[in-house]
Amino acid sequence: MPQAITDKDGVKRYLITLNVNGDAKTVLVKGNAILTNVLRDELDLTGTKKGCELGDCGSCTILLDGKPVDSCLMLAVEADGREITTIEGVAANGRLDAIQESMINHAAVQCGYCTPGMVLSAKALLTRNPHPTEPEVREAIAGNLCRCTGYVHIVEAVLAASQGRTAPADH
Amino acid sequence: MSDNHKVIGRSVPRIDGPEKVTGAAKYTGDLKFPNMLYGKILTSPHAHARIISIDTSEAEKLPGVKAVITHKDVPELKYGLSPARWDENIFCIDKVRFVGDKVAAVACVDEETCYRALKLIKVEYEVLPAVLDFRHAMDEGQPLVHEEYERNINTEIHQEFGDVDKALAEAHHVRTDVFVGQRTYQAPIEPHSAISMWEGEKLTIYSSTQSPHYFQYYIAREFGMPMGDVRIIKPYLGGGFGGKLEPTGLEFAGAVLAKRTGRPVRTFYDRAEMFAHNRGRHAQYMEITTGVDKDGKILAAKANFMMDGGAYTSLGIASAYYAGALLPMTYEFDNYQFDMFRVYTNLPACGAQRGHGAPQPKYAFESHLDNVAADLGIDPMDIRIRNARRPDTVTPNDFRVNSCMMRECLEQVREMSGWDEKKKNLPHGRGIGVATGSFVTGAGYPIYRTDLPHAAAFIKVHEDGTAATLYTGSVDIGQGSDTILCQMAAEAMGYRYEQMKIVAADTEITPLDFGAYASRQTYMSGAAVKQAGEEIKKQLLDMASTMLSLPADDLECEEGVIFSKSREGKSLTFEEVARKHFVLKGPLLGRGAYTPPKLGGSFKGAAVGTSPAYSFGAQVGEVSIDEETGEITVVGIWDVHDCGKVINPRLLHGQVHGALYMGMGESVWEEVLFDDKGRIRNAELANYRLLTAVDMPPIQSEVVNSYEPTGPWGVKEVGEGATNPTLGMFSNAIFDAMGVRVNSLPLTYEKVWRALKEKREKEETIAA
Repeated sequence: MPQAITDKDGVKRYLITLNVNGDAKTVLVKGNAILTNVLRDELDLTGTKKGCELGDCGSCTILLDGKPVDSCLMLAVEADGREITTIEGVAANGRLDAIQESMINHAAVQCGYCTPGMVLSAKALLTRNPHPTEPEVREAIAGNLCRCTGYVHIVEAVLAASQGRTAPADH
Repeated sequence: MSDNHKVIGRSVPRIDGPEKVTGAAKYTGDLKFPNMLYGKILTSPHAHARIISIDTSEAEKLPGVKAVITHKDVPELKYGLSPARWDENIFCIDKVRFVGDKVAAVACVDEETCYRALKLIKVEYEVLPAVLDFRHAMDEGQPLVHEEYERNINTEIHQEFGDVDKALAEAHHVRTDVFVGQRTYQAPIEPHSAISMWEGEKLTIYSSTQSPHYFQYYIAREFGMPMGDVRIIKPYLGGGFGGKLEPTGLEFAGAVLAKRTGRPVRTFYDRAEMFAHNRGRHAQYMEITTGVDKDGKILAAKANFMMDGGAYTSLGIASAYYAGALLPMTYEFDNYQFDMFRVYTNLPACGAQRGHGAPQPKYAFESHLDNVAADLGIDPMDIRIRNARRPDTVTPNDFRVNSCMMRECLEQVREMSGWDEKKKNLPHGRGIGVATGSFVTGAGYPIYRTDLPHAAAFIKVHEDGTAATLYTGSVDIGQGSDTILCQMAAEAMGYRYEQMKIVAADTEITPLDFGAYASRQTYMSGAAVKQAGEEIKKQLLDMASTMLSLPADDLECEEGVIFSKSREGKSLTFEEVARKHFVLKGPLLGRGAYTPPKLGGSFKGAAVGTSPAYSFGAQVGEVSIDEETGEITVVGIWDVHDCGKVINPRLLHGQVHGALYMGMGESVWEEVLFDDKGRIRNAELANYRLLTAVDMPPIQSEVVNSYEPTGPWGVKEVGEGATNPTLGMFSNAIFDAMGVRVNSLPLTYEKVWRALKEKREKEETIAA
């Protein structure tokens, strides 16, 4: 259990450390603080989006110890001491990940609101299964709703990235 | 029609791609300002109730609450999107009209305090009987949603063109069918939000809006301010589909809360509040009659419709007119009658959803046409090709159609889908269906009456010529207009796309544009951008003419190089000429504006549906039905569109995919459901089912080689039109697979199962 501090009104707050994108961030949060809100409001990592706050849309997807989770369904205290990757941590030193580059080149991004979650779900897939089939790609992103693309270009982009290509065949 | 283009016609990557894939792109709800407060709106728990009293005293005492406002604190002036029926107040005064109607608002130090404060506002209601079934809203003795609108009639339309009764009397075959469409919701993934702040008398609102201009106009009007003192800025926007076209309580309440507190206030909807605000597709009752000759040529059509408007007008008058106006687009016939009632109910207001007004009537008409074809023993593809609209024609309701490749779309989709083969050989339980669609390329008239141009643009070439910035009021809501317009600007200037920058959708910085609705921007904003780019090019060529001592008309500029057409080797770079221009003549600027020509007839409602150009398209879908469960598996979808010159093929096909995806959801899965108290039963994304990646079939999207003579480089719309055929296409594919018709949307597994069961029982009775 993280260390608790009680203020003069009797409200308890917990001192937690989130290892976000390689940086240890120590924050003081209430027990009911949702991880999405702490990432966005306390750490200014607004690439993690809020779409439904019920675990339906997947816009708030992060990687927790490498696995994709809906951060809106997690309390911040539950993430104490865990390794978190948000969308801001996917590109390394200003260089885009192959999935990101492939998403751009395939026009797999429209409004872009689902994109961070989509990239992270795809990233988790390719980490555990570098050469997925099309149904495996579809299943891996089935928890990420996109209202713009019909998923056509997104699936193409992820498959291309898994095959070491980032440009579409028709480019 | 030259294909000599250097920048347009290419699938360049989106200009906002890197920001969006890295999470750097800031949407309205991502923005933070020093000292910012959080605001929430208290809404009605009743569908219809008189407000007896509102007591905010307890809420005001709660620590962290900075302001509580009700109707007493805001202008009483009614607002709305359709000027003919402004019927909405910032907060309800005497009564609430749907579950979710706006009653009060709070501004607090954080979100949690907002929810505590809302609970402390005591509203005493006298619950009134509610109108929940639109089919009975006009009945004698029904309660009135608005006292001033008798029989709950919001919009009444009666139009007749030609002589319908005569044509029906002379027809070889006349048939009537009735279909019902459901209420759907746009469901963009980004929830609405707004951040309002004041500097003296100037109001700035960052908003998730599809039209900063209309927001500016309506907000200035509501508060009695000059438009110049209202600045609306659209940051990145996470999808709209028509649901973010009009100002909401978030902007109005936010502006008042910010004024009261002297601090920036962020107001926002959660998912359930988005559903309650709604403005989605109207539920609609549709009776269609046509008369045809023995070959299936349509002689006359009658459309008798009724739509559920919900509690307010929103853009619903236009939706009502659109429902009938666009029906005679894809097929040619001279005699047409359209009757419509849009009625008020105590449900959330409906408005413009992708394909505005057209998809459900198209579903009804396309389903009906297949029934007619079956009556006459004609192949559904043949009856459509026989009736397909031709170019350079005028519809019975006075819409001029220039380019039109309806027939070619049908022929191409027939080929591509393997229609003839499949029609003969598909096994039992498998079916194939076809439908057509058409849509406006921008509305011919603005939403409120004005003679302002519909679009305008400036381009500024930077002083050393290494970049150019396009300033446009157009609104990228995800469809990619920022990218398309930069391609168009670069093409017109003779520049490179990679060197373009864009500033868009900020009413203080960018020139007027009506925004993202009615599928207008590639054509209308594009026309303004093209003109601005050409003005730059002309100035550059004049300057280069002096520098090279060659006549300007001997010079051309392409991809950043200015060269002599007659003498090889004589060239300059765009950069050096632009720099020279800046040194000698000052800033190098280009300007453009677009106003559509006068369009349409003179009958009542003639303006709705007018457009300088129309897109056309045809879709084929193949389905497989599980007769045990009614489950529908979509085997494949083929789409062919006539959308004029294509500026960016990948973005264009992305629009088709998305429109089809939305239409597919509406066809089988999506419906906003209410309980008997008018409360939404599925105001979330688990039970309002958006299709996931595993639900989507293979989609093949193609275009015909089309050119619209009135559009910049020959463009037309695509973003909304591709939703129009989908519902009817599914209906027809399911009909083909089962031999029975489901007459209401969505075409759920349960309805399919019931239809099959009834058919089986009927066959057994006959056999017995």
